[in-house]
Amino acid sequence: MLAAKFSDLITPQLGHQLHQRKLLNLGFMVMGLVAIMVALFTLAALIIHMAMSGWPRLSTWEFFTAFASRRPERAGILAAWVGSLLVISVTAIVAVPIGVAAGIYLEEYARKNWLSELIEINVTNLAGVPSIIYGLLALGVFVYEFKFGRSVLTAGCTLALLILPIVIVTTRESLRSIPQMIREAAYAVGATQWQVIWHHVLPYSIGGILTGTIIGLSRAIGETSSLITIGALTFIAFLPESPFQGKPPFVSWEWLNSPFTVMPIQMFNWVSRPNPEFQVNAAAAGTVLMTMTLLMNGFAIYLRYRLRQGIKW
Amino acid sequence: MALRDSTPLNPWRRSRDRQRWTERAIELLLLLAALSSIATLLGILYVLVGESLQFFQQVSLWEFITGTRWTPLFGDPKYGIWPLLSGTLTTTFVALLIAIPFGTAIAIYSSEFAPATVREILKPLLELLAGVPSVVYGYFALLVVTPLLQQVLPWLPGFNMISAGAVMGLAIIPLVSSISEDAMQAVPNTLREGSYAMGATKLQTALKVVFPSAISGIMSAYILGTSRALGETMIVTIAAGLQPTLTFNPFEQAATITAYIVQVSMGDLPHGTLQYQTIFAAGLTLVLLTLVLNIIGHLLTKRYRERY
Repeated sequence: MLAAKFSDLITPQLGHQLHQRKLLNLGFMVMGLVAIMVALFTLAALIIHMAMSGWPRLSTWEFFTAFASRRPERAGILAAWVGSLLVISVTAIVAVPIGVAAGIYLEEYARKNWLSELIEINVTNLAGVPSIIYGLLALGVFVYEFKFGRSVLTAGCTLALLILPIVIVTTRESLRSIPQMIREAAYAVGATQWQVIWHHVLPYSIGGILTGTIIGLSRAIGETSSLITIGALTFIAFLPESPFQGKPPFVSWEWLNSPFTVMPIQMFNWVSRPNPEFQVNAAAAGTVLMTMTLLMNGFAIYLRYRLRQGIKW
Repeated sequence: MALRDSTPLNPWRRSRDRQRWTERAIELLLLLAALSSIATLLGILYVLVGESLQFFQQVSLWEFITGTRWTPLFGDPKYGIWPLLSGTLTTTFVALLIAIPFGTAIAIYSSEFAPATVREILKPLLELLAGVPSVVYGYFALLVVTPLLQQVLPWLPGFNMISAGAVMGLAIIPLVSSISEDAMQAVPNTLREGSYAMGATKLQTALKVVFPSAISGIMSAYILGTSRALGETMIVTIAAGLQPTLTFNPFEQAATITAYIVQVSMGDLPHGTLQYQTIFAAGLTLVLLTLVLNIIGHLLTKRYRERY
């Protein structure tokens, strides 16, 4: 009885409108999917195109063990990948302790006052500053005021400043996700604030901090413009002195002062040459660079996924 | 108790005192680390403003902001910022033309339509898209997109702002989509349920209820995307050209502010010369541009913020 009355309400006109709405709904859903597919397909096409163009160079081992050269078929990325490795190490050593410490201060210690608010706004703003501006900062301060020169040390510090906001923000998020009861339990047995953080809060949040750090470092490894600004060289035919020495004291810090080049700068140099054979080299270097960043990002994503699965408060 | 506290050599009390000092010292160290962000900002201001002040002692501010020719490295130097500004604004505009529709559609789809499993897969994939180094995107713009476009438009020059801008748009899609999606996810479900109860479809709910409620967050996603596009360097340096040209035609080549800074930096200009100072004046312009944008964004978000 009721059902009959209800269907009477749906006039042909209304039925038509409902049908149209459903169609629109479906149409939009398809549009969203298409938008995603276009973006992801482009990414895939880019990777495949680059890997295929660069294959002739990638397939030879010399590409990884040769220095840059005027002859494209003999040029390699040795100085570039060693440089990237050294610069990233400095970046990690500088950015991680400072970033984590700043994150801990803002999340665990800072009282609600003008200073903590200022720092907070400041971190957000710094995340939005274009990376080339960091390059200008480093040129003015590290190169000319501190006299670090155009060296691995300068480059590492520059990239450290660049990724500091990322490390700080992820540290804070990670600390925030630790339930208050963990802290209270530790305080209850007489731990001081730092003991609570060091022995209880940090161990629980280390995974989240690591994820953020890896994402930050993967950004640093692909960063080009700020390092060009501080004067990275594009043509280097020597390696910095090895940090490990055969004779005492076995460690050398000379490499910190060495001029350098890094992967993205080597690639940029090859891209901007008109000779198509150098563009093959650019594609090969790009493939190596992409592999590095994809691996780092993938590892971070996997780590985050595992953490989310593992912890149930 | 009284006895214990009054004994100066009591080991328990000594260790407690030491602990208190350690606590204070650690807090101070952590504060210093947090202050490093302020030091960074002050450093940026000091360098940019300091060098720019020296620059503007020799070049009039009026010439800088009204001049239509930028030729600092030529025999007859001219210091009008407009050619660099036009390149920056045009490539940014092209990038937004790609990033805003795509980013918004992806955000609406994955926040309102996609099942949870699809969303879980989608997010990391988009993050990978955001993680591609910009120099790789530059390669893509110069050696893939431009040749493709040239097949349709044979007169297109090898360096042009359209392909640089389009690829830059692709690069900032993930930024726009992820922030917009977060904003839409923050809209309480009661609003959606109210809309469904009135008989609205998902699309109607998404466009007429969720989108307007999340507008302040979406706005800031657009703003962040814009400032990323303004500051993006390698894509435009590689693919948009290095010749400062006063044009808003995306099919031409033109240098952006960032491309100019890179070009000069590669030339290794001596410290302290006027040419060296131009890159700081250009950098200051870029920072002011993003600053104005952020202030507008802040005001807009405040104006449109919904309280639930």
